[in-house]
Amino acid sequence: MLKIENLHASIDGKEILKGLNLDVKAGEVHAIMGPNGAGKSTLASVLAGREEYEITEGTVAFEGKDLLEMATEDRAREGLFLAFQYPVEIPGVSNVNFLRTALNEIREYNGQEQISAKDFMALVREKSAIVELDAKLASRSVNEGFSGGEKKRNEIFQMAMLDPKLAILDETDSGLDIDALRIVANGVITLKSDKNATIVITHYQRLLDYIVPDFVHVLYDGKIVKSGPKELALELEEKGYDWIKAEFQH
Amino acid sequence: MGYTENDLAKDLENSEYKFGFTTNIESDRAPNGLNETIIRYISAKKEEPEWLLEYRLKAFRIWSEMKEPNWAHVHYEKPDFQAISYYAAPKQTKKYESWDDVDPELKATMAKLGISMEEQQRLTGVAVDFVMDSVSVATSFKAKLGELGIIFCSFSEAVKEHPELVKQYMGSVVPVTDNFYAALNSAVFTDGSFCYIPKGVRCPMELSTYFRINEANTGQFERTLVIADEGSYVSYLEGCTAPQRDENQLHAAVVELIALNDAEIKYSTVQNWYPGDKDGKGGIFNFVTKRGLCETNAKISWTQVETGSAVTWKYPSCILKGDNSIGEFYSVAVTNNYQQADTGTKMIHLGKNTKSTIISKGISAGKSQNSYRGLVQIHKNAHNARNFSQCDSLLMTDECGAHTFPYIECKNPSAKIEHEATTSKIGEDQIFYCLQRGISEEKAISLIVNGYCKEVLNQLPMEFAVEAQKLLAISLEGSVG
Amino acid sequence: MNLETIIPEMAASVNWKLEGKHLLSEDLRKKALSVLENMPFPTTRTEAWKYTRLAKIRNGNFVARQEQLASNRHQIDLNAISLVFVNGHFASNLSSSHFPDGIKLLALSQMEVMELSVLGNTLPLEGELFNAFNTAYATDGVYLHISANMHIKPVIEITHIVTGTNTISHLRNVIVAEAFSKAHIVQQYVTENANTCFTNVVTEVSVAKNAFLTIDKLQYEDESCFTIATEQVTQATDSNFTINTLTLNGGLVRNNLNIAVNGQNCETHLNGAYILKGSQHVDNHTVVDHTVAHCVSNELYKGVIDEKATAVFNGKVFVRKDAQKINAFQSNGNVLLSNDATVNSKPELEIYADDVKCSHGSTTGQLDDEAIFYLRARGIGEKAARQLMVGAFVGDVFGKLTNEAVKTRVDQLLQERFEWDFVG
Ligand SMILES: Nc1ncnc2c1ncn2[C@@H]1O[C@H](COP(=O)(O)OP(=O)(O)O)[C@@H](O)[C@H]1O
Ligand SMILES: [Mg+2]
Repeated sequence: MLKIENLHASIDGKEILKGLNLDVKAGEVHAIMGPNGAGKSTLASVLAGREEYEITEGTVAFEGKDLLEMATEDRAREGLFLAFQYPVEIPGVSNVNFLRTALNEIREYNGQEQISAKDFMALVREKSAIVELDAKLASRSVNEGFSGGEKKRNEIFQMAMLDPKLAILDETDSGLDIDALRIVANGVITLKSDKNATIVITHYQRLLDYIVPDFVHVLYDGKIVKSGPKELALELEEKGYDWIKAEFQH
Repeated sequence: MGYTENDLAKDLENSEYKFGFTTNIESDRAPNGLNETIIRYISAKKEEPEWLLEYRLKAFRIWSEMKEPNWAHVHYEKPDFQAISYYAAPKQTKKYESWDDVDPELKATMAKLGISMEEQQRLTGVAVDFVMDSVSVATSFKAKLGELGIIFCSFSEAVKEHPELVKQYMGSVVPVTDNFYAALNSAVFTDGSFCYIPKGVRCPMELSTYFRINEANTGQFERTLVIADEGSYVSYLEGCTAPQRDENQLHAAVVELIALNDAEIKYSTVQNWYPGDKDGKGGIFNFVTKRGLCETNAKISWTQVETGSAVTWKYPSCILKGDNSIGEFYSVAVTNNYQQADTGTKMIHLGKNTKSTIISKGISAGKSQNSYRGLVQIHKNAHNARNFSQCDSLLMTDECGAHTFPYIECKNPSAKIEHEATTSKIGEDQIFYCLQRGISEEKAISLIVNGYCKEVLNQLPMEFAVEAQKLLAISLEGSVG
Repeated sequence: MNLETIIPEMAASVNWKLEGKHLLSEDLRKKALSVLENMPFPTTRTEAWKYTRLAKIRNGNFVARQEQLASNRHQIDLNAISLVFVNGHFASNLSSSHFPDGIKLLALSQMEVMELSVLGNTLPLEGELFNAFNTAYATDGVYLHISANMHIKPVIEITHIVTGTNTISHLRNVIVAEAFSKAHIVQQYVTENANTCFTNVVTEVSVAKNAFLTIDKLQYEDESCFTIATEQVTQATDSNFTINTLTLNGGLVRNNLNIAVNGQNCETHLNGAYILKGSQHVDNHTVVDHTVAHCVSNELYKGVIDEKATAVFNGKVFVRKDAQKINAFQSNGNVLLSNDATVNSKPELEIYADDVKCSHGSTTGQLDDEAIFYLRARGIGEKAARQLMVGAFVGDVFGKLTNEAVKTRVDQLLQERFEWDFVG
């Protein structure tokens, strides 16, 4: 589904990603872990198409298409979803209006008809239940005045609404207490199928107790320096990142 | 080289004494400059009664003594008042020979606004046929209003047909002494709108200058007077959302609203005069004095969406004279490139239980400067006065400025005053968030900006609001950075 | 050298008998004593004390005294883990002795000297007279440590009881919430047969990464007593801290709430309610210092001031230079119920970053006569009508309380003092 080869990306002339490779197939869950500043969010941003980053080398294929050639919104319309590390507030724009606009633009792109108001509201009800999001939040402004936990749940709610092929969750677990974490994780698990794939970015191991990954990758200094089965996460938690740092610092 | 307008002007100036102002002047354009003779000329051209001429002359004498104001946060080259012609015959409606001559940029903008082809042609003054239609539409409106006793006409017509009303109310809210530009306007105003709603009448439609745009040339020194008699209601729309390419550099209008006991006036403005080009060249200076007076239980509500002009200086205000009267101000001011806006409101609480609400949304983009300047004044006898102010600023770039200057003066301890202010930046973040959800950039900006301005846009009449929304998106296109 | 014999000029100049065993490390105490050596007593010319006169404290003849109580009649939640202090000394007979796993809760007086030496490092002493007094003369306090990943279900209730006449208490509390932990603390300040007592409490709080900590601070002391209560809080990445300060009685109460938000993605909530009458004087000073990006803080303080009482609110929010993407909200509302009531409100924002969203607001007013008239016209008596209106006004703040037992207690105390029902 997603094939990243030798990806180099920089910002303001500073190289952040330094030759990154990753292969994600439908039905898989990949966890990307790594210390602060390793480049995890940069990878997510580059895949989603944030323009500040300059791609200096490498290729990314998404469902066989050249992802890097596509505009941000087209990547989204092709089925790439990013749950933001810091979900953005948009005052005055209701969550439902926002989502209906998104959903309809995606449908239009795919040659589908606009969704009727009735069907849309039914969908909102169904999907908001997945993350136990209060129906009231759906009519409030996008993320405005939401608590940290509500914002993260709202990200997963949006993911449920847009039904992406590839979801990238950037630190969706941080700032959550144990109950909210469970809800978010359950949401992600519910949405999982053999047709879609998930990349879970985190620097805490505990999320992976709920969302069990097929692969764990360690991102350090702009590269994936270690990959392994889910047990790698536990090892990281135990030994800390200093272990990786010591091994790879030159 | 032939005989030019300037030559004529010079000749006139020189021959002034010899022939006096009554000399038959063939031209319909006053020579440049401002003096008593010119004022007499304007008044004579308009066949005005003596009292109005006196009014103008008095204003002129006051103006001559006044100093042009300097504002701390607005910088521009001061206009040369002697280089302006203060009277010109109504402009021809036909500005372009054919549709093909019309500036393509202008056409594109109008198309985006969703203005119909016919309307576009009318607004640019191309189609002659259409004007006829417009006149007939306006006439049928007039008949309907006439049945209710509502007077809605040009200011000049009002001076002729309803001199007692004009005489009684003109200058009662904005006296000639009020400020430099109000005094100037009082001396030289050319035309404008007049509206009177009789006792107890609820005006059944939105009154709009739009309907009589081709009827008279309102000019750069426009004068509006709206009188809502006891228990009446009117919603008045000023301007239209089509882009106006006006050659006049300086606009100094005066708007006076009078809401008598239990009356309500809703006054909405959408202003998008030429803001100058990307480098800050050209553009209109918009120095407007707008004020309303509320008698007992009356209500005046100002709503404005300001996206145009190079320099805007404008404080639609309410004098809450009567007990229980209410003043409201809802404003969106957008500045881009090198535009400067210094706008806000004054709420003067004189009566008991008076209430005012101020919602101001500033949006600054490019290298522009956007200031909110507001005064809430509670006088000694204004028991239980209430004010709520909310001033939000949205920054689109790092190079623009947003400033908030709230002045609160309270002389009565029973007053309740609330002030809230926020400053935030429209993110690339917000836009990226929308893009990532599959929403196009154009839609994203329009969603974000309209969301931010929602409380104000909600105050506009429906059709106006739709156009205002589009206008906002156009004004800010490509401005995020 | 025996520190107990050193009495700096400041301590000697007031008539406070502070003898007894003092707890913090020698180094720290020495530092505090040296601050006291050179520090003048603040006056209303000192900016931080502009609206609060300290003469009654300065001129008091206070004595430190230990006393045993037979029972704790202030317990709020019967399922709580509870520690009780009387006049600044641990009351083991009134405190819980068994604690769930993952929590270490004990009086400072029960700790090893070694452990004590790690305390007290975040509190500024220079220029802070009461912090210095506390550091030099604290007799006891709470040490609460919540281990990483532990979610402590029962409420942790800490009760400070003051008794007697002219009693002085210096209490020092230390609360550490480790990574991913979650806990709810209720701190109560109450009096029994107390008269003109003075209490000076400092609580240091550290909230580690992704920890969730809530403190309900309930103040209900005798109207003749004085209290200065300081919380010094630091927050690490992804953490969530809430403090609800409810001041329902007390003669002179000054709360200093200082929160340093040092990690990204934090949430901070400060709520306060003060309901005053008589000649009470209640002063809330809060500081939220955003030093890093991507955080949210929310402050809501509301007060109702009757008779000759005075309320002071000074809320400061700093957003430091590189602390972008901060959302900081601050709001203070006051209702004056009498002509002699006073309020001084000063909300302040100091912002040095450009990409932030901040707002502050302050309101002061009276109850809406129209609304009261309306209620009366519907048959509701004037007193009940006023009460309804006041309840609706401060209800926002009480609505932030999440613990049912605390809500019930607040209701009970309001009944007792004002014969009013607020919490619906
Ligand atoms: N807008 C930016 N400008 C300059 N440097 C940046 C920017 N964004 C991120 N970086 C730098 O890129 C590196 C990787 O950041 P990031 O991808 O956010 O790390 P992670 O998500 O793994 O914590 C860091 O060193 C960070 O300072
Ligand atoms: Mg990151």
